Amino acid sequence: MLLLTLLSFSLCFLFPGDAVINISGAINATPEQLIQLNESYQTSRNIFFQYLAYLTHIIDGNLGLSMASQSVISHEILNLLPATIELSIVALLIAMFIGIPLGFIAAIKHNKPADNIILSVSMIGYSIPVFWLGLLAILTFSISLGWFPSAGQISLLFEIKLITGIQFIDILLSDSPYKWQAFSDATAHIILPACVIAVAPATIFIRLARTSMIEVLETSYIRAASAKGLTFQQIIFRHAIRNALIKIIRHVGLQFANLVTIAMVTEVIFSWPGIGRWLIVSIDQRDYTAIQSGLLVLSCFIFVVHILTDFIYAALNPLARGVKYGS
Amino acid sequence: MVVSPMNYLSAFICALFTLLVVSGCNNEDKLSLSQRSIIYCAEGSPETFNPQLVTSGTTIDATSNQLYDRLIAYQGDENELVPALAKSWHVTRDGKKITFYLRKNVTFHQTDYFTPSRLLNADDVLFSFNRILDEKHPFHLISGGHYPFFQNIKFKSLIDKIEKINDYTIRFHLTRTDNTFLANLAADFSVILSAEYAQQLTKISAQQSIDTMPIGTGPFKLKEYRVGSLIRFYRHDSYWQAPAQMEQLVFDITSSNTGRLTKLLAKECDVSSYPIAHEKITEHNDLILESITALNVGYFAFNTTKAPFDNVLVRQAIAYAINKEVLLDTIYQGHAELANSILPNSSWAHDTKIKAQEFNLSKAQNLLTQAGYPEGFTMDLWAMPVQRPYNPNAINMAKLLQADLKKINVKVNIVSYEWNTFLHRLSLGEHQAFLLGWSADHPDPDNFFTPMLSCSASYTGSNRTFWCNEHYDDLIQKALKTNNINKRKQYYSQAMAIISTEVPLIPIAHSKRYQARNKDIIGNIIAPFGGISFYQVSKRTINEEKALPLSSDESNEAIN
Repeated sequence: MLLLTLLSFSLCFLFPGDAVINISGAINATPEQLIQLNESYQTSRNIFFQYLAYLTHIIDGNLGLSMASQSVISHEILNLLPATIELSIVALLIAMFIGIPLGFIAAIKHNKPADNIILSVSMIGYSIPVFWLGLLAILTFSISLGWFPSAGQISLLFEIKLITGIQFIDILLSDSPYKWQAFSDATAHIILPACVIAVAPATIFIRLARTSMIEVLETSYIRAASAKGLTFQQIIFRHAIRNALIKIIRHVGLQFANLVTIAMVTEVIFSWPGIGRWLIVSIDQRDYTAIQSGLLVLSCFIFVVHILTDFIYAALNPLARGVKYGS
Repeated sequence: MVVSPMNYLSAFICALFTLLVVSGCNNEDKLSLSQRSIIYCAEGSPETFNPQLVTSGTTIDATSNQLYDRLIAYQGDENELVPALAKSWHVTRDGKKITFYLRKNVTFHQTDYFTPSRLLNADDVLFSFNRILDEKHPFHLISGGHYPFFQNIKFKSLIDKIEKINDYTIRFHLTRTDNTFLANLAADFSVILSAEYAQQLTKISAQQSIDTMPIGTGPFKLKEYRVGSLIRFYRHDSYWQAPAQMEQLVFDITSSNTGRLTKLLAKECDVSSYPIAHEKITEHNDLILESITALNVGYFAFNTTKAPFDNVLVRQAIAYAINKEVLLDTIYQGHAELANSILPNSSWAHDTKIKAQEFNLSKAQNLLTQAGYPEGFTMDLWAMPVQRPYNPNAINMAKLLQADLKKINVKVNIVSYEWNTFLHRLSLGEHQAFLLGWSADHPDPDNFFTPMLSCSASYTGSNRTFWCNEHYDDLIQKALKTNNINKRKQYYSQAMAIISTEVPLIPIAHSKRYQARNKDIIGNIIAPFGGISFYQVSKRTINEEKALPLSSDESNEAIN
């Protein structure tokens, strides 16, 4: 966290232009406003106090104004971040529900044709660049087949009030007479981008699940179970899957960071109103204040996700808890 | 405790199934909402919601015909003036007093931010025009005080005063006779605002909202605007004419050309502005590409005060040596109509008797010899540096002309400057010949004749040929002073005949405006000039479609 804020603080000096303006985004400030800003960011004192002033602003939730649109950045982020979270979570779920079972199947059929096919498909999926896959998906599923829409979060016809920012929850909370139509429309909109994002993490889950399953299948308790005369199905469903899953959960958090990066590119292709698209547009417009704050918020978000997955891992795996308490 | 992941899995699968069932059930209702709404993929965001303040086409498209009405309007192919908010009007014999009788059943929009307490009356008309004319008017300087359309037509010097006779009668006193006055009042810019709304805004000191949160009398009212993303309109249910067919109109602002094409192909928008990849669109049976010849002209003009173009024979020779068909195919890529005169065929004064300029090199050579240039000469051709609808690529056009004229031994040097410098140096008359064009503000033919070629325009700088022909000027003045449309037509035909023989400029093309739509969308949207209108638009429902299977003829017609 300290490093993150330091980096983002130093950016305002590294970007061209006046540091105070870079940090606050007040490009049209009058001289009086500028004096006030200089005071609040303590530019007259040394760099350490400036940094402290910057931290206080962040803690107060004041991320400055966007240089391009002069709107309050913290509000924009609050509106946009949930859309990215929603998309990432759906993509993560798709990746897990496709990747992990496939990985298990590959492990069970270890060194058989099924294993080879799954592995080579996952290799192909991993190597396809996401922007190309996104365009291809639009071309096939939106333009040629017309199954899914190509852009946005929901059809513009539906008016959904922003409450939580997570579209599906907002739809359920809204009192629109077209609630269920909106819901299915939103579902149709999310499928294509979520699947495109899910491809790369799914291939990683396949390989993770495969290795961890192979490891589990070679342990002595599985051999003991099969010696006791349990059927193959009983062994897999009652013992192997559970133990293999625990090893994977830990990697889900790591994959989430990867997934958010992919989501940023995908948001641009599918015009998804999320923070990734906003950040890329800001970079394009040289909106330094937005870049700075966007980076900070996104990295903090990933940071929080990592901590959370560690907790979940500990909750699910008694062994991990034991080690922690023991050490 | 180990929570079984299997439980989660089964729960999720159940949820998925429920969702699929839900989405399946609701398909029909969804149709009903989209059936009642229309999505238009627009090319940009409007700068404001008041057409009085702008000339930009994007803003006019989004506001003028959707949100507002004018006192009078254009109608039909001939662009005749018909009553709108004024149910009738009367012009005195000297043409200096024009009286409008207003309708008594016109309601303003009722929105989240304003509820009108009265119907439209003369105060609203007074307010709308005094805001433009009177520099001391409390609303004159709100939003900058620039009214570019009205400043261009010198509206202020034309209007002596506007008099309110009674609540539903209003009289304009003009300082001189001007036949374009009515045409200007029917233009997209001359909208009627609500004086009551202005009063309410003054009370809460939010005057600038009059241009950002608009209240008008038009067929749609503003519901929501998100900059760079969408404009949502609801139908104005108590519109003074029959209410619009569609309940909701959404402008999906998509500035990228490919983005609009994708959305059109994926059926995410019903209508798309300025589509690219025309062949791709015509390949689809369920899409219609339509075009309309806009009221504009792209031309090749001469500085008639400089040698050798002060000699009419030289100008005629050049006209014979230019192959317009090639220019149309390569520069406009077929998206334009060949220009025989400066008036496009969508104008009522267009004269079909004027023949296309012949392409004949031997005639050109003969004329040059007669003029005393048997060996040819060297000339500078100024090509404008920017893309305009009437000329998508002037530099390339200049290169083609260079090749054409080489055949009659005329050597062409192509000259180009930055756009503002270009216009400035043109108005100083530094050029020999140039490529430029003209887009009309309203359909009155005078908007072509006076600003482009009249003597007075050569002093003010908009006539850059510096051609001044007394007979021509006389004709267009006469045309302005008569109300008889057939007489006006004759005068303009004569004027065009003078242009064809004198050749101060060679008209090249009238470009077209394109729009693509789903074939289920019925009704006119684009017009040859000015903004689009969704008032007449409706959607063919599935049931109707079964009954009417002959939409392919319609689409062919539109493509041709």
